[in-house]
Amino acid sequence: MLTTRVIPCLDVKDGRVVKGVNFVDLRDAGDPVEAAIAYDTAGADELCFLDINASHENRGTILDVASRTADQCFMPLTIGGGIRTVEDIRALLLAGADKVSINSAAVKDPDFVARAADKFGAQCIVVSIDPRQVAPGRWELFTHGGRNPTGIDAIAFAALMAQKGAGEIMVTSMDRDGTRDGFDLELTRQVVEAVPVPVIASGGVGNLQHLVDGVTIGGANAVLAASIFHFGDYSIGEAKAYMAEHGVRVRPMEAV
Amino acid sequence: MSEKIVIIDYGSGNLHSVQKAFQRGAAAKGHSVVVSADPAAVSAADRVVLPGVGAFGDCRAGLEAVSGMREALHARVIEQGVPFFGICVGMQLMAERGLERGSHDGLGWLGGDVVHLTPQDPGLKVPHMGWNALGSVASHPVFRDVPTGRHVYFVHSYHMKTTDPSQTLASVDYGGPVTAAVGRDNLFGTQFHPEKSQHVGAKIIENFLEWRP
Repeated sequence: MLTTRVIPCLDVKDGRVVKGVNFVDLRDAGDPVEAAIAYDTAGADELCFLDINASHENRGTILDVASRTADQCFMPLTIGGGIRTVEDIRALLLAGADKVSINSAAVKDPDFVARAADKFGAQCIVVSIDPRQVAPGRWELFTHGGRNPTGIDAIAFAALMAQKGAGEIMVTSMDRDGTRDGFDLELTRQVVEAVPVPVIASGGVGNLQHLVDGVTIGGANAVLAASIFHFGDYSIGEAKAYMAEHGVRVRPMEAV
Repeated sequence: MSEKIVIIDYGSGNLHSVQKAFQRGAAAKGHSVVVSADPAAVSAADRVVLPGVGAFGDCRAGLEAVSGMREALHARVIEQGVPFFGICVGMQLMAERGLERGSHDGLGWLGGDVVHLTPQDPGLKVPHMGWNALGSVASHPVFRDVPTGRHVYFVHSYHMKTTDPSQTLASVDYGGPVTAAVGRDNLFGTQFHPEKSQHVGAKIIENFLEWRP
């Protein structure tokens, strides 16, 4: 059977990891490529880089990170942040990304996702949404790190994105992001039920039970976390062992 | 003897990872790996790798758009019998037809069609994305030391149904059997991405580079 993916996500700014990775002796804890190699060795199932100050001028920096990572890590790599054009996507894929994650540009122009999926295939287009709860059972899309409301219903938008050709939806609860209180499970579950494609739960993980809950209660196909891994609270191996003990099928370390 | 491994570039997807993964396996053997859109390179290749991501029809059209490539491939792989490795859609192209967004002719090297995944459990998502455990792995030199149960990385919505069951070399369970690897004689292909499957993928690539069908 298919296993649930555990995905560490690294915020990258000007080619450097914003919060250094502390779980292992790295020569340079701020180098995203070293962090990527460490997570590859630790048995992460995919890796995600988020370029948090992406702009037209510094596009080359993240391309270099993608390329150097792909040279050394033989695992799936997703890159997000500041993707606005088909050319941005092409450059990232050619540099070594396997998937790109599109956020604001999809909100601004949903057909951008359709054009991207037509051009490169749905399998490499992840649409990342940042909802905030506005009423019981209702979530609205926010952009710009949760600051700007859009008035768009998040669940309906997720369904639209899957229709347009997104191969996967990443849901980051803006209410939970950074809180360590766990995923917004009701939000996750609603998105999972609204789309036929896989869903990555993100935002709020503070302990290993949260990862289990994202799958068993939220219904997510993959779980993404940042600080619990980067700060060394838990290793990927510990996360997977805990998930397996609690009935979630995960990929064990396999040396061949 | 030093060999030349040619990865065909026909405008489909990211060849960087495929190239790096094959280079890693080839370096120890003194083999060279080149990415090329030149049919002459295929004609001189000791081993041929055909990657591919995206839609079947687009990949087929992309291959056709490189003048002389299909003919060179046919001559080198089918007539002269050098080892061939198709990855993802590059594997699917070996089928007779691809039924993704219409019906498109494949290369017809293996009997069967490429059809949409229809997991029996409606809760299972398509694309089939992530790490799945190989089941019923055939005894095949490219799967040497890769036992049933090892996990490999998939991302796809279509798979090949071979007419001759012996041409399916491995499958995985995703609401029913999903074809993971196919082949016959000097032809080998995986639906999964060995270049993204960490140690298990590296082992499969290494085995391919040693394979003498």
